[in-house]
Amino acid sequence: MQILEGEGVTKYFGGLAAVSKVDFSVTKGEVFGLIGPNGAGKTTLFNLISGAFAPKPGVIKFRGEKISGLSPHKICRRGVARTFQDVRVFANMPALQNVLLGSLFGTPTGMSEAEANKRAIELLDFVGLSAMKDIPAGGLTLVNQKRVEVARALATRAELLMLDELMAGLNPTETAEAMELVTRIRKRGVTIFMIEHVMKAIMGVCDRIMVLHHGEKIAEGTPKEIATSKKVIEVYLGE
Amino acid sequence: MFASILDIIIDGLFMGGIYALLAMGLSLQYGVARVLNVSHGEFIMVGAFLTLALHTGLGMNPILTLVIIGPIIFIVGYLLHRTLFSALLKSSPSTEVFEGKSLLATFGLLFIIQNVAVLIWGSATRSYSYLASPVEIAGAITSLNRMVTLGITIAIGLAFYIFLARSRMGKAIRAAAQDPATAGIMGVNINNVLALCFGFGLLMAGIAGVLYSMCFGFYTTMGLGFTIIAIIVVVLGGLGSIPGSFIGGFILGIVGQITNTFEAELTLAAYYFIFIVLLLVRPKGIMGK
Amino acid sequence: MQYLLTSICSLCMVYSGWFIDRLLGKEKRGKWLTSGVLLLTLALVATLPVYGTSYAPILMTTIILYIILAVSWTMFSGPTGYMSLATAAFFGVGIYTAAFMAGDFPPPVFILVGGAASFILALGVGALTLRLRGIYFAIFTFGLVELIRHVLAFIELHVTGTRGRFVFGVDNETIFYYMLGVFVLLMITAYFLNRSKFGLALRSIGEYEAAAAHTGVNVTMVKIVTFAVSAFFMGAVGAIWATKLHYVDPGIAFNPLFTFIPVLMAIFGGMGLLYGPIIGAAFFTLLKEFLTTTLAKYGLGELYMLFFGVILVAAILFMPNGVVGVIQRLTQKWRKGGPVEEHADT
Repeated sequence: MQILEGEGVTKYFGGLAAVSKVDFSVTKGEVFGLIGPNGAGKTTLFNLISGAFAPKPGVIKFRGEKISGLSPHKICRRGVARTFQDVRVFANMPALQNVLLGSLFGTPTGMSEAEANKRAIELLDFVGLSAMKDIPAGGLTLVNQKRVEVARALATRAELLMLDELMAGLNPTETAEAMELVTRIRKRGVTIFMIEHVMKAIMGVCDRIMVLHHGEKIAEGTPKEIATSKKVIEVYLGE
Repeated sequence: MFASILDIIIDGLFMGGIYALLAMGLSLQYGVARVLNVSHGEFIMVGAFLTLALHTGLGMNPILTLVIIGPIIFIVGYLLHRTLFSALLKSSPSTEVFEGKSLLATFGLLFIIQNVAVLIWGSATRSYSYLASPVEIAGAITSLNRMVTLGITIAIGLAFYIFLARSRMGKAIRAAAQDPATAGIMGVNINNVLALCFGFGLLMAGIAGVLYSMCFGFYTTMGLGFTIIAIIVVVLGGLGSIPGSFIGGFILGIVGQITNTFEAELTLAAYYFIFIVLLLVRPKGIMGK
Repeated sequence: MQYLLTSICSLCMVYSGWFIDRLLGKEKRGKWLTSGVLLLTLALVATLPVYGTSYAPILMTTIILYIILAVSWTMFSGPTGYMSLATAAFFGVGIYTAAFMAGDFPPPVFILVGGAASFILALGVGALTLRLRGIYFAIFTFGLVELIRHVLAFIELHVTGTRGRFVFGVDNETIFYYMLGVFVLLMITAYFLNRSKFGLALRSIGEYEAAAAHTGVNVTMVKIVTFAVSAFFMGAVGAIWATKLHYVDPGIAFNPLFTFIPVLMAIFGGMGLLYGPIIGAAFFTLLKEFLTTTLAKYGLGELYMLFFGVILVAAILFMPNGVVGVIQRLTQKWRKGGPVEEHADT
């Protein structure tokens, strides 16, 4: 079953197409990777899905319902949550409050403050940050800030989690932990759509991968197919 | 009827020229240096009073005073940026924070300059007479000083545009406006360029002040009104677009003359109305990208 | 004498702000002591007309007015980082409401209506403009004040054939108590606003608006409602202030100084905590009073803005987090504990 579908998704900035006529679909329960050289339009595509801007033209559907054109908070409450490439935690708030915002405001049905608090504590534990719940998020290390972002996104009861370069800037041990975290999130039944530069990571955890170049989709397939695709190799070597 | 339409257009162009100069100055300060300078209009006032002092005190020709007043105001602007604004720039974590802080700092400057001016020159309206002889153009009557003013504003506008487009410094300024970080890497001394822009911006207001004083009475608290007009023009033309400000100035001048002819008290209300509608419908302005 | 009494009362108001900051900071120690002191300080302020000179409550009314304007401005502009320059518009709407209603209705009615009118105006303005970012919002709100002023001046002159209007006066003591009442209401509102789910959402917007939106916070709604609540208080005190003025016209009611001065006060005091703008407002009102009376002897009464300008520039340069920032740094040095931690300014 397709959880997320895009048809002819396009976005112009000025006269330049950042994303051009991209069709894609993400199957429920899978880990779907998105790769491409710098400036390929990957983050723009994430922004289009999460509602930072609307595609023009193009349609994005989540669980069969059109979500393109909705405001970000509505899309979030439908069940699409995300993290950011440039890690956006609420720096002066304690880690727990960061996650609490997700469970208080981002869930489809809403929940009482007591429930929301319980959920936030549970998710902070899930990402392994229980001990740091009272530390302002801005004071945490990069990897822990990323974990806060993941917990905050999951707290919204998201069915689809979009991870924008989760592994960027992490050392090998942290990267391995992050890969393990992705697997554990998947086991919770959450579908994952991830942008990644770390090839080892993306080849290791993804079921399928889509490649963007200059805003256009140039390939899609299993990690093996992508790794051997001539077109993809050309794009990466031609850089 | 024809003559009166021509009257409106000529007077509108003349006021428009003053607005265009002011707005170009503000546009430089905001578009490049990111300072929305609300004390901008104070320098048209300062320019006017300095002209009065040089003209009545030393008997100088008001147009010649440009040669003295221009550099003085330019240097004041340059030094202001080198001290105050560059310190704020250094202590601000982001452009947005800097914009907020510098906006407030210019409010402080506004209060300081205005009150010092009141202290020195009092609050009465002052004026002097220069080239006030009437001129007739195709049946419309205007005065020689207005025509001279219009000519000078257009000349300065064009000269500055060519300076920006052609000269090395002009290119550095445009580079800094587009992307300060990269311009810095490319070897442009960014602090110097920003300070120059701020100086040039004030210079425009100063020149406008000299010209304005030749044609109208002026008083020490008139600055804010001009700042507001300059802001409206800059938004009209597109924040940061120099040609946009120039054209926007003339448009507002003519709109002002038209409302002025029908209902003088509504002139300012008409400005704000245009401005607010424009902000809502097209915040990028007519020339904005 | 009047300076001494009003300064003491101002300190009491600063204390009440500090008390609420403490409550919000979940500081439990000395709960009974601090609450007791709060009641005492409020009693001290409330009985000012009894023991003070006849002028003391009049000056105190002005101080409370600016405290309310500065605190309600900070309520919206502090956490969101949107610089609103519309204070004079909401204040003026309150003034004009009272001009129409005072005399026919008792003060509580026109105060509430004045606040409500500003609230509604702010809802409309907010819905239209809160999508404008940064400097555009500041310019727009400033333009709004001027537009209202000029249109109203035109209506006065050409439609009703007047320049301004007389406002049915209320005695100084009554004005003082209404002003104090609105202050207490503002403090209670600030407390619940901060403590609630809504306050958490507001703070998240201040920290990272885009992230808040993608976490499910309806950022537009939160911003508009906060903007309108802060406008309510500006309008309410405008309505009270009108009865003190006796005569109002558009130039008096929509004077842009009522926008600038509260902003200056809030910046000077510091916007991170509630007591910051209160310190700023009290300090500047007293300074203004002192300067105008002193300078008036030399016929230079209006020059106080020169000093305000100098202080504003110096405060922006040397105290980026206002008096609050300085106090926090000093207390931390005094305790010699932990790294210096300041509240982020916006």
